[in-house]
Amino acid sequence: MIAWIRRLGRTGIDFFEKLGRGSLFLAATLVGLPEVLRRPRLLVAQMLSVGVLSLLLIAISGLFVGMVLGLQGYNTLVDFDAEESLGVVVALSIVRELGPVVTALLFAGRAGSALTAEIGLMKATEQLSGMEMMAVDPVHRVIAPRFLAGFLSMPLLAAVFGAVGIYGGYFVGVGLLGVDEGSYWAQMQAKVDLYEDVMNGVIKSLVFGFVVTWIAVFEGYDTVPTSEGVSRATTRTVVHSAFAVLALDFVLTALMFGKD
Amino acid sequence: MKQSKTTELLVGMFVAAGLAALFVLAMQVSNLSTLSQGNSYQLKARFDNIGGLKVRSPVTAGGVRVGRVAGIEYDDQRYQAVVTLLVEDKYDHFPDDTSASIFTAGLLGEQYISLDPGGSEEYLQDGSEIEITQSALVLEKLVSKFLFSKTSEGK
Repeated sequence: MIAWIRRLGRTGIDFFEKLGRGSLFLAATLVGLPEVLRRPRLLVAQMLSVGVLSLLLIAISGLFVGMVLGLQGYNTLVDFDAEESLGVVVALSIVRELGPVVTALLFAGRAGSALTAEIGLMKATEQLSGMEMMAVDPVHRVIAPRFLAGFLSMPLLAAVFGAVGIYGGYFVGVGLLGVDEGSYWAQMQAKVDLYEDVMNGVIKSLVFGFVVTWIAVFEGYDTVPTSEGVSRATTRTVVHSAFAVLALDFVLTALMFGKD
Repeated sequence: MKQSKTTELLVGMFVAAGLAALFVLAMQVSNLSTLSQGNSYQLKARFDNIGGLKVRSPVTAGGVRVGRVAGIEYDDQRYQAVVTLLVEDKYDHFPDDTSASIFTAGLLGEQYISLDPGGSEEYLQDGSEIEITQSALVLEKLVSKFLFSKTSEGK
């Protein structure tokens, strides 16, 4: 019984310790960001691995999500003779919710896990300690460019997801199911608001990019430097990112759309 | 640290693709292209009941969108709703006996304000008030009117 309570306390203390380490780590990373802007080549290299290589996955997922929304939306709307509203349904679902959220989940799986594994292995093979020996701060040199690359890539990826998804809905709705092309776009343009919908979607993806990349680089930096530790850290990145994204999505949605 | 041109090219294309997608979302998907580009002037109108009218609802004349609803307030002195309309500057020839009515687009559609020009020689200015208004039809009131008239017929 005593051992059980002790374990419970240990878990709690561990949790707060990790939260504290994570926050201090984030602060150190943010301090290192100006240095990244002086060495844009580091950033470009990370944008390649974080952003460009995720692009195809995001675009194809967006296409299929849009096509599914087109099919599902049509089947529901046609009962009410309202299939002209298909454009609104597809655009609002993607721009407000699915674009930022699905992109963030895919991003955590594709780029976040890779970041954790890369940084974790650097730590396990003592490259990070090596840098410290050479008086190079690994947080500034290794972590900060990766963090900034993830933060910048996410809204771009979400935008690509959204645009491709809306065209996916267009192909299915207008191309296959025969919704009128004019009303698909006109209703969409009448109902989707630039600031309320599109900008809020961009804000969401910025927040998700920040959180997912933070979790990924921190788990990598904080990993137990063994092969098992790296594997666990990678798993934790994906799991924690998914939780964080979904929970934050609720909070952000309540803040943005809950008022009326 | 030497970096190949290909990396820079790929990243450049990625950023361009992302920005292009944002541009598509702004221009093609959202209402940016239908927002009024020029300036607009304000009109006020009082309604007994605005039904489901909302801020940003369209204001039309002859079915053409000429502006939007900018604000809705309740005047507790006259027990009426005060609606502020923003009408685009290029439509500045509404006579001052123009009437404003709240209609519904389609059976379940959103509500909008329709302006019907009168025959006066004076035109509405910025800040003037539309005198003749017709409130929104509330379905429950309509049904109860119908039922009352039915029961009074039956007597």
